Amino acid sequence: MADTPIPLEVRNIKKRFGETDVLKGLSLQARKGDVITFIGASGSGKSTFLRCMNLLEQPDEGDLIVHGEEIRFKQTRRGREPQDNKQVVRMRAKLSMVFQSFNLWSHMTLLENIVEAPIHVLGKSRKEATEHAHSLLERVGLTARANAYPAQMSGGQQQRGAIARALAMDPEVMLFDEPTSALDPELVGDVLKVMRDLANEGRTMVVVTHEMGFARDVSSQVIYLHEGLIEESGSPEQVLVNPVSPRLKQFLTPKY
Amino acid sequence: MELTWLTELLADNRIFTLQTLGYYWDGIVTTTQLVFLSLVIGLLMAIPLAIGRSSRHRWISLPIYLYTYVFRGTPLLIQLYIIYYGVVFFDGIQETFLWPILREAFYPALIAFTLNTAAYTTEIFRGAIKATPRGEIEAARAYGMSDALVMRRIILPSAFRRALPAYGNEVIFMLHASAIASVVTLMDITGAARFIYARYYAPFEAFLFAAAIYLCLTFTILYFFRYLEKRLLAHLKP
Repeated sequence: MADTPIPLEVRNIKKRFGETDVLKGLSLQARKGDVITFIGASGSGKSTFLRCMNLLEQPDEGDLIVHGEEIRFKQTRRGREPQDNKQVVRMRAKLSMVFQSFNLWSHMTLLENIVEAPIHVLGKSRKEATEHAHSLLERVGLTARANAYPAQMSGGQQQRGAIARALAMDPEVMLFDEPTSALDPELVGDVLKVMRDLANEGRTMVVVTHEMGFARDVSSQVIYLHEGLIEESGSPEQVLVNPVSPRLKQFLTPKY
Repeated sequence: MELTWLTELLADNRIFTLQTLGYYWDGIVTTTQLVFLSLVIGLLMAIPLAIGRSSRHRWISLPIYLYTYVFRGTPLLIQLYIIYYGVVFFDGIQETFLWPILREAFYPALIAFTLNTAAYTTEIFRGAIKATPRGEIEAARAYGMSDALVMRRIILPSAFRRALPAYGNEVIFMLHASAIASVVTLMDITGAARFIYARYYAPFEAFLFAAAIYLCLTFTILYFFRYLEKRLLAHLKP
């Protein structure tokens, strides 16, 4: 077991937008089966940190190691950029992301959405990809919606579809960027249930969320971010039940 | 002959004879060829131009912008005059292989119409490309697609669908604009109507008949695009 590379490791990530330091040196190690949850106020850098992990944002400093392979960077006039685009493509295919606003491709049916990247990025056959897609649709309870377009589905259905699309890549790590924040309250439960099942079956997940119940129940590690720094980190009991930092205590106190 | 019914129908008037109907028919063929060819070539030009126009490199997007700016900013009639009458003044062009082509009225008209529709279509597509939801592009990149693959699989298919209604209008606009081809002696539908008007001094008959032909062609195009939209824009319906 010691030989299997760590799925995702980031070291000392720093990111600046103009004059503002958004991330001030963040590190994280996701071992196989870990569920790491980020909590924190808006503007604390949670989403930016997550987006640095698959290079949707370019970190200004820091290392990124995916499945034992370190991403190489170079300095250009526009700032720090990955040296080898092929490496980035290969790395992104191992991390699949679920977005706050679902981001399903609107001109494709749900089924076409799910088989798109496996066929055109991983090079799977259409037949194999379609069979896999159907089993994933069954998992997320959307068998009947395979031929629907995203605009014809509810938010909860779209997000479960987006999770099926992410699973179709057989990812090393799944990144969730506030997956339930854009949903109506009554639809949140379905999506969280799918995510709980994934956590229970040993998927490696990094989740940015405001769902404290989810964070408490399924996380192996909870990280509280404040102004681009890790303020507190540990098991759900430590962080959510017995917080040390006064700011975290304040954050966890119900506001009503 | 099979055409006896037509001969009988035409027996009472002196304008619509088999001969003048033949002129109209030739006009329909010329108009269709001119419009169809310029639209197809213009469309093929517009796709790479629209991609270039959306580029963040200014030395790619700026020349294309200048081209569309000039061709959308000047009347098609002037463009046609410049190309039809202007090419003669290039020294030595009458000795090149291009001359037999440029001497005919059809090819200068085809060039003018193609460049004009390509400019408009480029801008239609550029708008559609720009309107691609950012999140969808981001998702494609996050799933490991290269820039070229994102363009081919996500941006263009989605942009073409968005551009369809506007492009349908451009096709109809081109059909109607093609009427000016008759001023450079081309015998298109309008050219045939002008000829018959001059010959019989019957403006209403000659031009109303031409108008009816344009109307029929327009409805065919409208119907075709309605069918395309129904098929390709299904994803936008609730």
